[in-house]
Order: sequence, then structure tokens, then C-alpha cells
Amino acid sequence: MMSAILKNRERFLALVIVVLVLAVGFITPDFLSFTSLVGTFNDTSILMILAMGQMLVILTRCIDLSVAANVALTGMAVGMINAAFPGVPIPLLMLFALVMGAVLGAINGFFVWIVGVPAIVVTLGTMSIYRGSVFLLSDGAWVNAHQMSESFIDLPRQVVLGLPMMSWIAIAIVALLFFASRHWRSGRDFFTAGGDPTAAFYTGVNVGKVQFKAFVVSGTLAGLCGYLWVSRFAVAYVDVANGFELQVVAACVIGGISIMGGIGTVIGCALGALFLGVINNALPVIGVSPFWQMAISGAVIIIAVIANSSAERREGRIILRSAVTARGAQKVEAA
Amino acid sequence: MENTMTQSAVPNRLSGNWRHYLLRWETFLLLVAALVFLFNSFASPYFLDPWNLSDATFNFTEKAIIALPMAMLIICREIDLSVASIIALASVSMGLAAEAGMGTGSLVAIAIAVGVACGLFNGLVVTGFGIPSIVVTIGTMSLYRGITYVILGDGAFTDYPSEFAYFGQGYVYWVFSFEFVLFLGLALVFYVLLHHTNFGRRTYAIGNNPTAALYSGIKVNKHKLILFVLVGALSGLASVLLTSRLGSTRPSIAFAWELNIVTMVVLGGVSILGGAGSILGVVIAVFLMGLVTFGLGLLNVPGIVMSIIIGAMLISVISIPVLLGRWRAMRERQS
Repeated sequence: MMSAILKNRERFLALVIVVLVLAVGFITPDFLSFTSLVGTFNDTSILMILAMGQMLVILTRCIDLSVAANVALTGMAVGMINAAFPGVPIPLLMLFALVMGAVLGAINGFFVWIVGVPAIVVTLGTMSIYRGSVFLLSDGAWVNAHQMSESFIDLPRQVVLGLPMMSWIAIAIVALLFFASRHWRSGRDFFTAGGDPTAAFYTGVNVGKVQFKAFVVSGTLAGLCGYLWVSRFAVAYVDVANGFELQVVAACVIGGISIMGGIGTVIGCALGALFLGVINNALPVIGVSPFWQMAISGAVIIIAVIANSSAERREGRIILRSAVTARGAQKVEAA
Repeated sequence: MENTMTQSAVPNRLSGNWRHYLLRWETFLLLVAALVFLFNSFASPYFLDPWNLSDATFNFTEKAIIALPMAMLIICREIDLSVASIIALASVSMGLAAEAGMGTGSLVAIAIAVGVACGLFNGLVVTGFGIPSIVVTIGTMSLYRGITYVILGDGAFTDYPSEFAYFGQGYVYWVFSFEFVLFLGLALVFYVLLHHTNFGRRTYAIGNNPTAALYSGIKVNKHKLILFVLVGALSGLASVLLTSRLGSTRPSIAFAWELNIVTMVVLGGVSILGGAGSILGVVIAVFLMGLVTFGLGLLNVPGIVMSIIIGAMLISVISIPVLLGRWRAMRERQS
């Protein structure tokens, strides 16, 4: 039974998270209270939502380094609109955030799909462009809590059935993607395109178009998080979420999403985000300096990818015995 | 990343006119650099002052020194995103050593040793487990910088020996700083290494087709390991220069430099997919970026707006040859 748990990424991660939470609870019992656990989950919501989008992008063999800059730019735009026109209803503002995020994501997707520039180059570029645009948009100024309308700040905090709205949004997105990734053809396409682009092409899947879609979804979710971030922390400035893109990629990698594309599950990815969230929230509780956080997440990423590497080594179907021996010889030499 | 799989499985970069193409790429860069130079000298009366130009070189020399081995690593189909964190870790090590009263010589040795150790760790994880270097180095990026935060917290090291200041602030002759002369020397060394040695030829061979390279008797993993160590060592060296120039170490030293360095390399015509590129191109790109940022600085353009321009430059410079190539192919098909 133990080995079955260890072999299955999701179960193993879930086990690690439970053990971690209990261990922290053993040192500081308050950590196990309902409010504290809900708080930990709520703090992880944004990371989880962004990881969902990043997962789709990574599944198709790309990477989106511009998500955090997208969050900052959309967040600033929404914050400024709210400060200037407090009358604009919040659902409309959220819709605006979604559309703006989608457009920013589509720009990435356009260069990857139509122009054919490697995703890492495109998003490296758009990352600085979007981040710089926040400065152009705001002129370096901050949008502070007192400039925001009450409903703007309240929405993610509203408690429904014991959970804040922001947590529900994250749960809804995870559930939607979980369903889509298993039952919708467009959801399966992400795996097909990333698993073997040549095979996908012959199956009639347009790999570039799927990559484009992945970027649009990632951008849309980043737009949503732009609103959530600014509203939750009640402040918008140029450096919002600076460097957060790497945490998002880390959550995916820890969750077992293969950077080579095509492998991974929604639940694994969500657990990867939750794992980072628990660590981030637990460290101050057990009295470890928050300065440890970065080193620990770095170490965890490396351990996770090493663990992934054995699972990712896929052998094709054996057709020629001699070819297999040749590949074996190559492996021996390479090692 | 590897999203061009559908376009062509084996790049045909060695056939006939790739040298010709590269030559044209470098001429193009040089032309742009000359235009920027001309524009700058008209736009600001302070531009052509030799001391101003000399001061401007400080802004990119340390990055440029890392860009040289990074170019070789990227040609070899790998990447190292942890370079800026290696700078930070090496700098903190020097800070600790300086506090213990060590002399300038040992400080330099320690920084380079730390760089070598970090590069070795990156290389061992990448080659030992066959994991894509982009994930590994995202992990070590947090790990190495995380360690500096653990050691320093929000403090700083400022007690460096007075003769240590020479590396980052000294001049060899007239306006030529030690940093700049060192960069020119290293550029020459790397030019010879990449273009006139077996080691350099093997780098291209691996970048164009790792499997073919392996079957031709090249020790692919060992070769990559050496390159990772080289990148680490020069990051350590860059750390000496930067720490000496600033005269202090904070954990956030050289933050996000890795993206600047990769931009320099890619702008220099090195293919992010590996197998093509030259040191000359990288050196010209370094000067081009230096000229653009210096010129914009003279025009009082804030740094964050410069990042927009650098980002746009990165994307357009990669897109233009792709689009031109497609246009040419389309015309050939018509004729």
C-alpha cells in the first residue's frame, strides 16, 4: 500500500501536505484551527489559479514567464478604473480584467503560433514590456486602499459557506479544468499537442493553435488574478507580483507537470500550489525566519524534478530489438 | 522551448550559407548599433564625452562577461537561469570571508570557487538525471538566492578591503576601466574557444544534433558539465567585479539579471534552440544594448521604460528574420 502511494504523484503530494500540516500543528496547535487552515488555503488561491493556466501552457511544450507582469498590469488597470470611476459595477470590472488578461495572453500566443518564435523568448520579452507598461500606465504612482471603492475590496473577502469568495473562485477554476482536462476534446488537445506534436499533427490537432489557446487561458486567468491580487492586498503598484512567475512554474513542476510537455494532472498541479502555500504559511508559524522560504522552495523544486525525471522517461513501443539494444548502449554511455 | 518540433525535426543550419547568414546578422546588428550611436550623439551633447562613454560601460560589463559562456551553453541547447543568484551567493561568501579578515586574493578565489561549485551542481543535476536545464536552474535560482537571504536576512556586508575596490572601480589606462579591459580579453578568449578549437566545434555539433554528436564519439554530458562550470566560474568573476564596484553585498544584488543576460545572447543571434550563434554577434549585441540604455538614460528615460524597449527589441529582432525567411520561401514557391 505504501509503495502505491509513493508511486502516485497526487497521493504522495497529498500525504506530504497532510503530514506537513500535522507536523506544524504539533508544534503550534493553532495552525490546525479552521480559520487558520482556511486562511492558508485562501492565501494559496492566486498561486493555484495561475498554476492552472501555466499548466496548460507547459503541457503544450511552452512556458509563460509573463503571467506575473500580466497580473500587475491588469491589476493596475482595474485599480485605476475603480479609483477614477467608483460607480462601475464590480462584475463589469472583473469582466474587463478577464478580457484584458486574455488579450495580453493572446499577444504571447500570436507570436508563438503565427510568427513561430520560441515561447521562452516571447514571454521573456512581453514580461518586461507588460511590467514596463504598468509604469507607463500609472506613472509610477500607487493606487491605495482609500482610493478603492468598498465593494471592490470586499468581493474576494465575502464569506460563503465558511470559505472566502477568493477560495471559491480557485476551487471553481480547478474543478472546471479538472473536468475539461478529462472530458472535453479541447481539454485533451493540450495533452495531445504536447505529448507528441507530430502525432498530434497527423491526428488533425493544430499544435500552434492549441498553444495559442493555452496562452489565452493563461492570460485570462492572470487577468482575473490581477483583480484578485489588487483587491486582496488593497494596493496596486509597479512591482506587484514581481518574480511570482517562477513560483507559478515551481507549483506546476512540484505538481508533476512535465516541462517536456504532455504529462501532468490538474489535481497534481493544484496540490503543487497548495504545497508551496502551506510551506509559505507554516514557516512564520513555527518561528522560522521567512528568509528561509526561498531556499526551501528552490530545494523542493530540484527534488521534485529529480522525482519527475524517472516518471517521465517513456519508452516507445518495441518494434526493433536491435534498436532497443542500441538505445540501451547509448544510455549507458550517456550516464 | 521546443515548440518548433512540427516545423523541422533536424535543423539544417550547417548547409552552405549559414555562415553567410550569420555574417549578415552581425552586419545588421552593427548597422543598428552605428545608427543608435549616431542618433545618441545628435540627441545629447554629453554622449560623445569619453568619460561618459566609459562610465556607460560599467552598466553592462558584468552582465556581458556572463553572456560569453552563456552563449556557448545556449548553443549547446542548455540554459542557466541561476547566474544572477550565483552572483549573489558568491558575493555573500566574499562578504563572510571579508568579515573574517581575509585578503583580496582569497576573496577573489572564494567567489570563483563558489561559482564553480554552483555551476557544477547545476551541471550534475542536468546531466546526471537528464532533466531540462531550464527547470533545474529555475530551482537553483531560488535555492542559491534563498541561501543568501538565509545568511544575510535584510542586512548587508560593507566591510571590504580598500584594495578590493580596484576590480570594479579601477582604470587600466586613461578611460579604460579594469572591468572593460577584462571583458574585451575574455571576449577574445571565448572567440578563440568557440570558433577555433575542437571544443567549440563540439559545442555546435551537440547543439545541432545531440544524438548524432553522441554517436560521433563526443562525450555530450561531460561537455555540457564543463560549460555549466564555465558559466558558474564567470558568474563568480562577475560577482567580484559587481561587489567591488558597489562596495557592498545585499541579498537582492544582481536581481533578475539572468533575463538581461539571456536577452543579450539571443539578440546576438544565438539560436535559443541551439546549434547556431557567434561570439562576435554577442559582443555587438552587448554594445548595442549598452548604447541604447545609455542613450535613453541621457534622455532621462526611466529604467523601467528602457525594459519595454529591450523587451520589444528582443521579440522583434527574433521575429523579423523568421518573417523574412517565410516571405522569401513564399516568393520562391510562386516563381
